[in-house]
Amino acid sequence: MEAFTTHTGRAVPLRRSDVDTDQIIPSDWLKRIERTGFGAGLFSEWRADPSFVLNDPRYAGASILVAGPDFGTGSSREHAVWALQDYGFRAVISPRIADIFRGNALGNGLLPVVLPAETVETLMAAAEADPATEITIDLGAREVRGAGVVAAFEIDDFTRWRLMEGLDDVGLTLRHADGIAAFERNRPSWLPRVLTP
Amino acid sequence: MGRTLAEKVWDAHVVRRADNEPDLLYIDLHLVHEVTSPQAFEALRLAGRPVRRPDLTIATEDHNVPTTDTLAPIADPISRAQVEALRRNCADFGVRLHPMNDPGQGIVHIVGPQLGLTQPGMTIVCGDSHTATHGAFGALAFGIGTSQVEHVLATQTLPQRRPKTMAINVEGALPAGVTAKDLILAIIAQIGTGGGQGYVVEYRGEAIRALSMEGRMTVCNMSIEAGARAGLIAPDETTFEFLRGRPHAPTGADWDAAVAYWRTLATDEDAVFDREVSIDATALTPFATWGTNPGQGAPLGSSVPDPASIADPNARAAAERALAYMGLAPGTPLRDVTVDTVFIGSCTNGRLSDLRAAAEILRGRKVADGVRVLVVPGSMQVKAEAEAEGLDEVFRGAGAEWRSAGCSMCLGMNPDTLRPGERSASTSNRNFEGRQGQGGRTHLVSPEVAAATAVTGRLTAPADL
Ligand code: SF4
Repeated sequence: MEAFTTHTGRAVPLRRSDVDTDQIIPSDWLKRIERTGFGAGLFSEWRADPSFVLNDPRYAGASILVAGPDFGTGSSREHAVWALQDYGFRAVISPRIADIFRGNALGNGLLPVVLPAETVETLMAAAEADPATEITIDLGAREVRGAGVVAAFEIDDFTRWRLMEGLDDVGLTLRHADGIAAFERNRPSWLPRVLTP
Repeated sequence: MGRTLAEKVWDAHVVRRADNEPDLLYIDLHLVHEVTSPQAFEALRLAGRPVRRPDLTIATEDHNVPTTDTLAPIADPISRAQVEALRRNCADFGVRLHPMNDPGQGIVHIVGPQLGLTQPGMTIVCGDSHTATHGAFGALAFGIGTSQVEHVLATQTLPQRRPKTMAINVEGALPAGVTAKDLILAIIAQIGTGGGQGYVVEYRGEAIRALSMEGRMTVCNMSIEAGARAGLIAPDETTFEFLRGRPHAPTGADWDAAVAYWRTLATDEDAVFDREVSIDATALTPFATWGTNPGQGAPLGSSVPDPASIADPNARAAAERALAYMGLAPGTPLRDVTVDTVFIGSCTNGRLSDLRAAAEILRGRKVADGVRVLVVPGSMQVKAEAEAEGLDEVFRGAGAEWRSAGCSMCLGMNPDTLRPGERSASTSNRNFEGRQGQGGRTHLVSPEVAAATAVTGRLTAPADL
């Protein structure tokens, strides 16, 4: 996983609420068994509309997505995160981000940043007015800066450390293999077990 | 202070707790399907890691599988490759798989309960957001992404932050003709698609206690549509009776020990929820969605709302977009909305009781001219049981198509899709833009409303027939 420390980039204003994962990456794309190449499918149905913001050349190369509330609702598909990253996004800013999407994003180093609705509105309006507007997301300081805004966001110490180090969860958990084995010895014997082939 | 059901299940599964870190939770059951697992198995392979507990892991093919001609190879090469990848992965890692045409095959959330693998007090995960279905048994069950699938395969644990708790108290009894689906659609319309976010929801109250296990699964299934990752219901006699005698249910002295434990799980009298919401069950009527998120629903007897009357600007803009996509004018009575397709199935409403309810309405009636009706059992076992009761004959006799088990038109990853502009009444759980096929328009309803709609070609409650 690529470490995230500080990132500065331009922002795409996606002025919509309830952007669900079916819109971020339609189910046709879920048939792939690879982990890469999903950027082409990002918002693919909306991109068919020439006036859709991602089709505006002024936002080419932008790396921060600023969206309305309830971003990433719907299915658990991690493909939504892979698509955003593959397209070039490093962070999503929204007043409210769905839980599973948030977990998936954190697992892949795409930073989900929740800010108050008024702050998001300021950033969105600035990106709409001037596509060259740059925003800095400083994970160390837990701060978003740009468009005249300096806004703090919440992220717990552990998650921040993990992201800044670029560590993956499996490796971290396997350090506690003894604890897992001890827990397993105490599980009630009547819990169901699948007959393995 | 007392603890809630969710807190008790959580506490019983903490492998490791450290300050400022997520809890490491043990996972009792991991359900796997073809769509969200290939990249996880591939990552294990690359790291040279085994599946830690194949005996707590079970896989089924559901999202991609065709529901006709199931003995032929899957026509779509990409779907076929994904299903074949699952078969290869399960063989390589020693995971039990129920492939197409196996009597145990079906939608992952139907298979677990039907085998008795889903039991009270367990932690259950799956790379699928409707995993909350299993909460109907008093299990803590939630959807995860592919990296977490990999994590559970490798470690049988998951680092998780303790969620907040919410009680949804459903007061009074549901009126006759009002179903679990109507109830959950009404709950989502009330609290909104983000209302449950960050919470584990416990559904409580008289109307919940009165529900069958199937009805409880329908309610818990759609917790995610209210933003909650998990929804659960305290286990009781209804739960125990459902489980008794199932293939993986405990037996003999184990059964007694298990039931004694399960009885301790109910939320303590003095437990405090972080948020409580009340719903008056007695006021509910059959429900339908009019928009493109599951919170955009209304009683079937009402009309498409006027976005201008919505105060919140985000909700107003969303309603305007939804009506444009749905091709609906404000003020149109929902009963005047005509459909091309009716879909009865999915992990929300693809169980035997759902098919029985729909068949009861279609018995001796005919599907309206020009309406395509797909009836897709949630599992091969549901299919077999329905056929043993002759329900397939009822559906076919009415002019509906009787299909094989799978997710089918719930998300249209297989050939069962809406064409652009087509409109459906669907017993599934999501009415997102394009969910059932690009340009397709979805109205979420109960199996009863779906069946009555099939007869008239317009959104219809059984009482209207
Ligand atoms: S039936 Fe629909 S919601 Fe349920 S698992 Fe299948 S695709 Fe997901």
